[in-house]
Amino acid sequence: MKKKITQFLGFFFLRVCLYTVLAVLLLFLFDIGSKGGKVISWEFLSQAPRRGMTEGGIFPAIMGTFLVTIITAILAVPMGMFTAIYLNEYAKQTRLTRIIRLSIRNLSGVPSIVYGLFGVILFVNVLRFGTSILSAGLTLGLLTLPWTITASEEALKAIPNSYREGALALGATQWQSIRTNVLPYALPGMLTGMVLGLSRAAGETAPIMFTGAAFYLPFLPKSLGDQFMALPYHLYVMATQHHAISQVRPLAYGTALVLLLLILIMNLAVIIVRYRLRRVKRE
Amino acid sequence: MKAGTKIETRHLNFYYGNKRALKDVSLACQTHKVTAIIGPSGCGKSTFIRALNRMNDVILGTRIEGKVLLDGKDIYSPKVDVAELRKKVGMVFQKPNPFPKSIFDNVAYGLRIEGMRDKRKIGKIVEKSLREAALWDEVKDRLRENAFSLSGGQQQRLCIARSLAVEPEVMLFDEPCSAIDPIATAKIEDLIEKMKENYTVVIVTHNMQQAARVADYTAFMMLGELIEYSETKKIFTNPSRKLTEDYITGRFG
Repeated sequence: MKKKITQFLGFFFLRVCLYTVLAVLLLFLFDIGSKGGKVISWEFLSQAPRRGMTEGGIFPAIMGTFLVTIITAILAVPMGMFTAIYLNEYAKQTRLTRIIRLSIRNLSGVPSIVYGLFGVILFVNVLRFGTSILSAGLTLGLLTLPWTITASEEALKAIPNSYREGALALGATQWQSIRTNVLPYALPGMLTGMVLGLSRAAGETAPIMFTGAAFYLPFLPKSLGDQFMALPYHLYVMATQHHAISQVRPLAYGTALVLLLLILIMNLAVIIVRYRLRRVKRE
Repeated sequence: MKAGTKIETRHLNFYYGNKRALKDVSLACQTHKVTAIIGPSGCGKSTFIRALNRMNDVILGTRIEGKVLLDGKDIYSPKVDVAELRKKVGMVFQKPNPFPKSIFDNVAYGLRIEGMRDKRKIGKIVEKSLREAALWDEVKDRLRENAFSLSGGQQQRLCIARSLAVEPEVMLFDEPCSAIDPIATAKIEDLIEKMKENYTVVIVTHNMQQAARVADYTAFMMLGELIEYSETKKIFTNPSRKLTEDYITGRFG
């Protein structure tokens, strides 16, 4: 009897935790959804801001975030994958590799403003990329790298050693064994980690505000050297820096909702890709 | 080198870090015979068999001394291409380890990494290998199904077929039946009996009866040392060392 009560209380406690988290999340989404939903229209999505950002849309910010995320991905996805493959499959497990791995883990905990300032020094000043979409994308890429490396490594670790040994025992070289018998099965897991990292980067403000994001720029960047508008920075501006904050509040909510939807779409896309990869494998 | 020796070790020592797992093991396996290696857990029999196709290379922090000769040539010589060696010396592991691919693709794996593209040729070799592994009749209508849909015993025979497809000269079995049921075990033992016509077989086993049933020669190892090695009949009826007798009569181990 006592055991049952203990179990009931235990489960009850776990359930309360879950419901609390869910409630906060739903409340949050409902708030943004209901207030932001009102301002979302075709005009809001397809036009540039007007009249000191009190009217019009957020099209340059949507495109800016989209483009800067692509630059981020070009840096962070392949570099993260290859680094992880080297660390997990080739590198000897010495004190040095342990230190490297630990440093990578620690880098993922560094505040994003630190990356922002580092980006200003390295990309904007030293490499003379200027405050541009390129500098911002590369800064976000650095921020994302620890995440993509770690996620890729975890995905590789999840592949049983027997796949590797089985291939080697059939006369495969180490690279053949990795390419044909490890990577294809690790890829879905890698992708998941990549997109989580990229969606985090897409929502960052601090790393881009000094490196390339513009306060107000009602047209799209034409080259890698141009500045750009981005959703998170635009939201930050609308919520804290604008001269008529209460007037533009609905637009801020709309921007927040669009940012959330954009990230949701990215995640959905990866779920679909992952599902298809798994299905191909099963056939 | 004795006439008829296919693969042999000379004064083989093996270390995991500072731990010495093999102590001066010299053993010659005869061509087209089955050699069994028995001994209690941790006696070094798996380490020994993995030294024969350099599978220990992938374990970090290990070191080997002495020689392993395949047809008289040292397989640890720097000139040796490890991938080529492993094609000649195939291995079946303790736990069936099919790849998460179709039955067909599992068997074709070794052919494809060699660069074979001719679909008809691949198909023929896959069928031949599955027949040799006594699995063809059970899977011929489901070659496109995932290998994980097979039972444990079938998976192990699939792994045997996969190794046979690359036409090895020596087949190593590292406790191939320890994870499967008795009926499946009997099938694999039959298979090993037949395989010696075409291959030289070395099998590590925990199961003394299995050694008695399938092996022409048996080696008894303990604590990394080769205690006794002779014809299976002699080992089981008239061992020359007291330790061997104690082990096979079940006094320890």
